[in-house]
This record gives sequence, structure tokens and C-alpha cells, in this order.
Amino acid sequence: MIWPLAILLGCQLAGEVCSRALGLPVPGPVIGMVLLLVLMALFRPLPGKVTPTAQVILGNLSLLFVPAGVGIVSQLDKVAQYGFGLLAALLGSTVLALAAGVATFRLVARAMGDRA
Amino acid sequence: MSDFTRLWIYLQQGPLLWLTVTLLAYGIGDFLFLRAKRSPWVNPVLVAVVLISVALVGTGTDYETYFQGAQFVHFLLGPATVALAVPLFANLRHVRSALLPMTAALAVGSLVAMLSAVGIGWLCGVRGEVLVSLLPKSATSPVALGVAETIGGVPALTAAMVILTGIIGAVVVTPLYNAMGVTDWRARGFATGVAAHGIGTARAFQVNDTAGAFAGIGMGLNALLTALLAPIVAHWLF
Repeated sequence: MIWPLAILLGCQLAGEVCSRALGLPVPGPVIGMVLLLVLMALFRPLPGKVTPTAQVILGNLSLLFVPAGVGIVSQLDKVAQYGFGLLAALLGSTVLALAAGVATFRLVARAMGDRA
Repeated sequence: MSDFTRLWIYLQQGPLLWLTVTLLAYGIGDFLFLRAKRSPWVNPVLVAVVLISVALVGTGTDYETYFQGAQFVHFLLGPATVALAVPLFANLRHVRSALLPMTAALAVGSLVAMLSAVGIGWLCGVRGEVLVSLLPKSATSPVALGVAETIGGVPALTAAMVILTGIIGAVVVTPLYNAMGVTDWRARGFATGVAAHGIGTARAFQVNDTAGAFAGIGMGLNALLTALLAPIVAHWLF
């Protein structure tokens, strides 16, 4: 439990340092994810070590979004002013992006001779 | 000062109260979700956000006070993003075989999400910094918040838009893809991760493991792409 956590946090820390020091637009944790991926490919015992801890965290991923979501209470004035427009934009764009993404994936996969 | 007031003031100063409330509210949401046989309509995040918001407004507590407690949960988003490398690594073989469809779906999904959100918002009369805040809403929260700040949006508003996008995605994705007749779990998962980030990914893991792994990849890649593209699109649009 201790080592896997230290590895996850260490990758995030390294990513954060990279992102800030080089002025990259990519956030630290995303660089940390790429770093962990490279480390797992290089050191074969690593995937077996971090997998159980990663599964516990990812199994409760939804919980981690709650504090940010509650941020809506500090924006109630803007929600009241633009509520309908925002809801329409979120609904429309999410359905469009889901449909466009899946259609593109299947179109290209089929063009490459995939029949799944 | 009554004993109750004194106790209330004491509790408001530490993280204990609102951290406990966050876990309880999510626990209730998860319980209802399981009772509803994992129906996407009963989203645990949505239930928790509504319960906590009502509690905050009801007790006259501001978001900053709440966040002092909730930040411990919020902080875990960082290591959780890093942890996405694990399912990604386990599915590396599948990833290599679907590299081209993924690249195409990523580019199209990401751009459609950004442009249609701003387009529909503008048509419905949304203007100014609120409209800008919509642009990065399909990326995962740590990325979207950073992007919102860079391009002149309101990070707190973007945070709420990101969560709502995830919830909408998690609710509509299964009926939508069933109606479209898509049976390829790789495609379903990947497009879900691109359009609806971590909440969509969590939903994909509930439905199918392969879909979940591909959703994690889609979310990670869209985080990268949104971080790079949103400032350019914002510069071009606003």
C-alpha cells in the first residue's frame, strides 16, 4: 500500500515539476500518467505492484469528482442567468461528441478491414 | 452563545464535518444507484452533489468552507489520473491494434465537443466569460480547470460544467450507442472517455472492462489534446 502510493504520487510530482519547469500546457498528473506507463514498460515487476492500489482508486473514481461538482453552489447567479443555454449546450455537445467519436472510430476501423 | 452555536463554529473551522458529509452523500448516492440496479439515471455523483449543495445552502455555508474539508477527496484526482496508466498498460496490445481509429476518433470527438458546446451556447444567448468557460468541458477536471484559467473562463463554473458533462454522458451513452447499433466495446469506450472524461470512464467500467480501459485512454488523450487545442480554438473564436 505504501510503495504503490509513493510511486503514484512520485509520478504526479515529477509530472508537476516537468509541467511547471518547462511551461507545458499539459497538466502534471497527465504527464505523470505517461511517466508511469513508461516505467511499467521498463520495469516488469512494477505493474504487479501498483495494480491493486490503482484498482482501489479507479474503482471509486466517481467519488473524487464530487467536491468540484459542488462548486456549482458558488456560481448560482450565473446558472440562474444562463441556465437554459448552458444546459442546452452541455446536452447537445455531449450527445454530438459521443456520436461523432464512436462513428469516426468505426468508420476508420471498417476502412482498415475490421468487422467487429 | 449557546452550546450548539459553539459546536457549530468549532466544526466549521476543521475539515472533519464536510469531509464526512462528502463521503456520506456519495455513500447514499452509491446505495441508491445499486438499489436502482445500476440504472444510469441514478448517478451517484449527481445525487451527492445535489445533497451537499442543499446542505450548504440550507446551513448558509460557503463553498470555500466546504472545500477545506472536501479538498482531501479532491486531491486524489491527481494520483487517480496517474493510476489510469495501469488499465492503459494492461490493454496496450489492443491499443496498438486500434491506433488509427483512436487517433481519428480523438481528433473528431474533441473538436466536436469544444465547437458544438460554444456554438449551441452562443445560439442560446450565452456570452462572455461564461461562454469561454464551456470550451474545455469535455476534458477531465484538473486539465479543464487549468485550461479555463489560461483562456479567460471562470474555473469554478468550468468545474461544474465538466461534472455535468460527465453525468450527461454517463446517462445517455448506453441508450445512445445501443440505438446506433454499435457493438464494438473499444469504440464505445474510447468515444465515451473523449466526450465524458472520468465520469464517463467510471460508467464504462461498470458496463464492460474493455470499454473501461479504452475510456481511460480516450480520457487521457483528450486531456492532452484539449490542453493543447483549447487555447488555439479560444484565440481563434474569442
